[in-house]
Amino acid sequence: MSNITYAQALNEALREEMKVDSRVFLMGEDIGHHGGIFRVTKDLIDEFGADRVRDTPISESSFVGVGIGAAMVGLRPVVELLFMDFALVAADQIVNQAAKLRYMSGGTVSIPMVVRAQQGGGRGNGAQHSQSFETWLAQIPGLIIVAPSTPADAKGLLKSSIRAGNPVIFIEHKLLYNIKGDVPEGDYSIPIGKAEIKRDGRDITIVSYSRTLLFALEAAKTLAQKGIEAEVIDLRTIEPLDMNTILESVKGTGRLLVVHEAHSNCGLGAEIIARVYEQAPDTLIMPPRRLGAKHVPIPVAESLEDAVLPQPADIVNAVEAMF
Amino acid sequence: MPLTPERLQDAYRQMLIIRKFEETIRSLYQQGKIRGSFHPCVGQEATAVGGCWALRKDDYLTCTYRGHGQAIAKGLNLQAAMAEMLGKETGCSKGKGGSMHFTDPSVGLLGANAIVAGGVPHAAGAALASQLQKKDNVAIAYFGEGAVNQGVFLESLNLAVIWKLPLILVCENNLYSEMSPSHETTSVVETYKRAAGFGFEAMQVDGNDIEAVYNAVEQAAARARAGGGPTYIEAMTYRLWGHMMGDPEIYRTKEEVAKAKENEPIVRCGKRLIELGCTDADLSRLDGEAEAIIAAALQFAESSSAPQPADAFTDVFI
Repeated sequence: MSNITYAQALNEALREEMKVDSRVFLMGEDIGHHGGIFRVTKDLIDEFGADRVRDTPISESSFVGVGIGAAMVGLRPVVELLFMDFALVAADQIVNQAAKLRYMSGGTVSIPMVVRAQQGGGRGNGAQHSQSFETWLAQIPGLIIVAPSTPADAKGLLKSSIRAGNPVIFIEHKLLYNIKGDVPEGDYSIPIGKAEIKRDGRDITIVSYSRTLLFALEAAKTLAQKGIEAEVIDLRTIEPLDMNTILESVKGTGRLLVVHEAHSNCGLGAEIIARVYEQAPDTLIMPPRRLGAKHVPIPVAESLEDAVLPQPADIVNAVEAMF
Repeated sequence: MPLTPERLQDAYRQMLIIRKFEETIRSLYQQGKIRGSFHPCVGQEATAVGGCWALRKDDYLTCTYRGHGQAIAKGLNLQAAMAEMLGKETGCSKGKGGSMHFTDPSVGLLGANAIVAGGVPHAAGAALASQLQKKDNVAIAYFGEGAVNQGVFLESLNLAVIWKLPLILVCENNLYSEMSPSHETTSVVETYKRAAGFGFEAMQVDGNDIEAVYNAVEQAAARARAGGGPTYIEAMTYRLWGHMMGDPEIYRTKEEVAKAKENEPIVRCGKRLIELGCTDADLSRLDGEAEAIIAAALQFAESSSAPQPADAFTDVFI
């Protein structure tokens, strides 16, 4: 085990995959000598050269498209978007192209491409640099979506994503990069589509992922002091969703809260709650709840942003209201 | 390989096959046997055959929803193409892609695309892969002049030049962007001048002259293979039918279309073959051969089965 940051864990995953697979190459803005604005690609250019750690112009649509073309003929591009918000600039290439080409070709081509991007708020970056897009991306058949919350998961899931053989949207969070954690050394991977119970508990199931997963764990500590033992599930993969782990947990607890930073409206919380009602209608002893961003663009001032995005205290309050 | 008189006869037959393929589709469409839309390339066969025949099978191609001709010229199996039009399980995409998404990587066809300019960066990506792997395959992207105002197209021009990609861009300028005259929608309607502004080796050729297209693409390919970077070829041509089935064509006169027919590529190629010593009987034999090939493709497609409903859930990550 080594105790490293989330950004370092991602860097290790990229380095290891590039070492063992010459088909893997990176593209993105300022990822070369600059090492990426969050240092995820730090020093990789020295080891692998500017061809495989390729700086791009500020033109997301074309370089995501170039990644698709390179993937179709056998390479394994890992494309970095500086901010997830810029996925909208490349939306046609992600949604109309990457997600659909395998299907539309009757399986004769595939797109083994990873699009990495950091998203989310909490840093005062404003409404065009703080959004969370997993909800609407999950609406698109053909995309795998992962969103790790810890350094170990980040490394293991990035390796799985590069090997997945299908387009993966790899969601990082700008406020997770400096979080440290124990990461196994050497080659290991975390399977796509598998949630993990990050904390055991018997009273309520809290489902979350990415940064709000850490908020849920923090809230669970507070709740424990009040006599409520929360089970905290880290989805890790958004699509495909691991409903089995959620259903098993809810069967034991009878209560469900879903927490995410993406806007609550028509969000993953609604989807998970609907599926629990469809697939195990008798398990809930209390109406379930969801917490997400309130339905306004993400503001800059801290007092405003904190009011819009779910906070640990909001999780505690939501859980207490269910007892 | 030069376009010898013997090969020009084969190319003439290939253009006839494409023409008859689309005439057959029109008839099937009118019988209600084809779902969705159909965007014909009738009148543009020389750009397809001239360009694709100047390349190797392992070179890469992306094209557009008006790309039946290019797909067939690159080597897409005709029976699989016809079956795809009819939504059969034997289609090149098993009935999942249809008219606008012909794909067959075994002949380098990375896909027709239904988003204008959407496939241009894919060709650039295939070219980049070739460059990264130190291979000598080149990539060609076909698009209409209606694509040159798309952001991703202009972005791709920039990338192709800064990365010196082995890429050939062929603009089929047929004067109309869907149903609008392009001189009304495009600032510099001689699109090769835009590409030149980006630093491309850029030229305009007579797109109805199959030999001119062939020579331009052959030279561009040689240049790309030698590491000389991308080339932009604007092939001036004319779409003899509407943008799609059902287009009332209010944007042009019947006289204009009639005049364009005098210059259409198959007639011109026939005249050229006569000049080179072919007889009328030779041309009619080639026509008969094309007819038989299309009839066999149609027979194959019509006798194929529809996909099973369960097949809707394969070929995608679920």
